[in-house]
Amino acid sequence: MIRKIYDWIDERVDITPIWRDIADHEVPEHVNPAHHFSAFVYCFGGLTFFVTVIQILSGMFLTMYYVPDIENAWNSVFYLQQEVAHGQIVRGMHHWGASVVIVMLFLHTLRVFFQGAYKKPRELNWVVGVLIFFVMLGLGLTGYLLPWDNKAYFATQVTIDIAESVPYIGDYLKTLLAGDPEIVGAQTLTRFFAIHVFFLPAALFGLLAAHFIMIRRQGISGPL
Amino acid sequence: MHRGKGMKFVGDSRIRENDDKFIPKDYSEYPGKTEPFWPNFLLKEWLVGAVFLVGFLCLTIAAPAPLEKEADPSTAGYIPLPDWYFLFLYQFLKYDFASGNYVVFGTVIIPGLAFGALLLAPFLDTGKERRPFKRPIATSLMLIGIAATFWLTYEAASHVNWEERAEKGKIVEEVEIDQEDPGYQVYSQQSCINCHGGNLEGGAGPALVGTGLSVDEIKDIAVNGIEGDPGMPAGSFQGTDEELQQLAEFISGLGGEGH
Repeated sequence: MIRKIYDWIDERVDITPIWRDIADHEVPEHVNPAHHFSAFVYCFGGLTFFVTVIQILSGMFLTMYYVPDIENAWNSVFYLQQEVAHGQIVRGMHHWGASVVIVMLFLHTLRVFFQGAYKKPRELNWVVGVLIFFVMLGLGLTGYLLPWDNKAYFATQVTIDIAESVPYIGDYLKTLLAGDPEIVGAQTLTRFFAIHVFFLPAALFGLLAAHFIMIRRQGISGPL
Repeated sequence: MHRGKGMKFVGDSRIRENDDKFIPKDYSEYPGKTEPFWPNFLLKEWLVGAVFLVGFLCLTIAAPAPLEKEADPSTAGYIPLPDWYFLFLYQFLKYDFASGNYVVFGTVIIPGLAFGALLLAPFLDTGKERRPFKRPIATSLMLIGIAATFWLTYEAASHVNWEERAEKGKIVEEVEIDQEDPGYQVYSQQSCINCHGGNLEGGAGPALVGTGLSVDEIKDIAVNGIEGDPGMPAGSFQGTDEELQQLAEFISGLGGEGH
């Protein structure tokens, strides 16, 4: 039955090559921890992606309750923590996931760096990977403000001061982030929300797609 | 893309009919015990992921995500602190050569050079050799970078008084403050209000709502202060014994259970 459905779809959209790219390939011995335990270092990239998926899913559920508005932002997070069933766990996953994803990215970057896996022909994939690192840091930075507690507010003020210190474009950068040349307030919160929920995830998805397509094209780098 | 006579397509699409499916895979690049990704390897990955997820969920349950009190721009003396993974930059900007007139050095030039070099690593380290010991410059620069990041993070974290921060950030339940109470009159006339706030919500000093302290304990602190950092100096209270009693009863009666 499933075979028939598969064949019916395959005849029309030819999904077999897609399937082959995603799943139907061999895993070489030197990256398989079942053969060499030290190959666990190759797990870091996959675990980074795993935590990223956790972040996306938990973030989607958080937006069901979160209100990006200075009157209600803190109250909505407080309500989520105190009143909503499992709200504390979902927010906890998103909060700690932000830290774990940075740790995993750091380990993955070190693995690739010290193995020299970024050498020809994989230069572009390294560049895309470092851009993913930057996007993740940006997601951490913008997500920090959203609960709208004192910690968030004052740290964001510092962030915006740092943006302002950039020569020539500092003032524009500050206004772009804060929504106002002077005030860190309602506009800042909605801007950070938009950046955190729409702009950076869009960039992240594009970069992740490029990262994975290149891995499939080039394969995993050979043993040292 | 294959082109030519005799090719059959599905309908008027560009998809070829009777394409050879599941041709044997050519994976001679790395001889050895290869394993199919699907389903063999994925099943093991799934197990690793499940163990990881259990550990991660234990973390989220053991340590709930923190939430401080609602943002109040008028909070006096709040020391901003970023998330831990920005602490190294936060610490770096404290040094004289990276702040004040040289802040561009700390915010743009050095981080730009460091992260720019990371981004362009493949074009800076162009040799064929992949082993870390065979490319000492790249390896040592990375090790220095890691050591500097760890050290700066440690320096930043070690100068933070975490207990005091937690105390200051605590969410204080909203309590109706009776500003006509004789105790509140004493509170606002003495210096208490400067550090503990107009609604006893805290400021430079901790909040005084729901302290759980007895009348005598509060009397003692008001007169003799508290040691520690920042602590409270002795002799803050300058009134009569009667006023002290009113003040202590007022503060002791705020918040906590049943109020």
